[in-house]
Amino acid sequence: MSTPVLDVRGLAYAYPDGHQALYGVDLHVHRGERVALLGPNGAGKTTLVLHLNGILAAGAGSVAVSGLPVTKDNLREIRRRVGIVFQDPDDQLFMGTVRQDVAFGPANLGIKGAELDRRVLAALDLVGMADFVDRPPHHLSFGQRRRVAVATVLVMEPEILVLDEPSSNLDPASRRELADILRSLDVTVLMVTHDLPYALELCPRSVVLSDGVVVADGATYDLLTDDDLMRAHRLELPFGFDPRTVG
Amino acid sequence: MGAGHGHQLHFHGHSRIHRFPAHLKVLLLLGFMLVVVATPRDLYAAFAGYLVALLAVVAASRVPPTYLLKRMVVELPFVFFAVLLPFVATGPRTEVLGLSVSEHGLQAGIALLVKATLGVLASLTLAATTEPQDLLLGLERLRLPQQLVQIMAFMVRYLDVVTGEMQRMKVARESRGFTARNPAHWPVLAKSAGALFIRSYERGERVHLAMLSRGYTGRMPR
Repeated sequence: MSTPVLDVRGLAYAYPDGHQALYGVDLHVHRGERVALLGPNGAGKTTLVLHLNGILAAGAGSVAVSGLPVTKDNLREIRRRVGIVFQDPDDQLFMGTVRQDVAFGPANLGIKGAELDRRVLAALDLVGMADFVDRPPHHLSFGQRRRVAVATVLVMEPEILVLDEPSSNLDPASRRELADILRSLDVTVLMVTHDLPYALELCPRSVVLSDGVVVADGATYDLLTDDDLMRAHRLELPFGFDPRTVG
Repeated sequence: MGAGHGHQLHFHGHSRIHRFPAHLKVLLLLGFMLVVVATPRDLYAAFAGYLVALLAVVAASRVPPTYLLKRMVVELPFVFFAVLLPFVATGPRTEVLGLSVSEHGLQAGIALLVKATLGVLASLTLAATTEPQDLLLGLERLRLPQQLVQIMAFMVRYLDVVTGEMQRMKVARESRGFTARNPAHWPVLAKSAGALFIRSYERGERVHLAMLSRGYTGRMPR
């Protein structure tokens, strides 16, 4: 079997105030997979995500990205390999223009000049935002900002794209446009979401995190149609949505 | 969403003043202010000269005078203080419009008013003719420490976000029947300000995380 892109083993973490958020999480994601990370509020999803690029350091257990362990010495390469798109695009877009924002990551990696320009435009092209390259981000619509936020990460040519609630606050058209973009990308995706229809639409596989442990890992369709599992972990489908009629 | 509109103080244009290098504009403004402040307060001819020069720049920039005039309300606290001075200062008295006022106070008040007006008008002209981005680049070219320029850049970027948040909090307060009318209501405003501060602080932390995630190591890439 090939080296998984994401290899999380026995990961445990307690916050400095003593609150234990993760109790031994195991998770493997292989190249080209699109995986949804589901779970109720407070299950530890965001805590897990912050371990993937070494913002938080594991209390116990380990995280490796394509075989490279997440340790202090590897942080630079790890953060290139793991691209995190945060929930609020206003947190991610902080420069004066879209171009500067998308260039921020690769410029930190030492890429300059024509090569930097080429990569910035290529990344914006992937999310259909190339025409907005010289606009200030705060003048874009929310859906456009979310797409630019995705570009700021794609430009690093990551091995895995981690999205925190990608569909939150989007209108249905923007939500569908983002789905089209994500499907068109040739990259491994881990998507944290409460939007179960979105998970079913985009991710063949899902992992359920509840109270700091992985309680289910399998085909998204199977998990969403397992009523006992869903009830036990505060997962609910939106009114009128039945996976059996769409799957 | 509007197309490429700049900041509220900026007036879009292509005049010679707009195109003039930002760092030279900053230096000129600084020099102008120093000269204005250093001019003895009874040299009225000199102040008239400054005003004419400044108005010539405004005319050349083709920024409508009413645009600048409206934004000069920022000077009001100074005006208030300048008007108060002749009444509260001590020393020999003199008569103005039938009122007995302090001679020193009157002179100081007029000087304050004249110097503040020149300063505010000059600063507004700079802001109206220079994009915030160019202003920051100009400051960088003047070798202002990187850290300070970065802080200012973040201020420019997040000003709209924070004022938007402030506005939403105000609407939320008013939707629940609260309008600040008298000092008894100030504690509520103070708590809102505290909440806004904490939210902004936490946003700062999230922005920092997002920057670290893209390889930030303490210096802005060039």
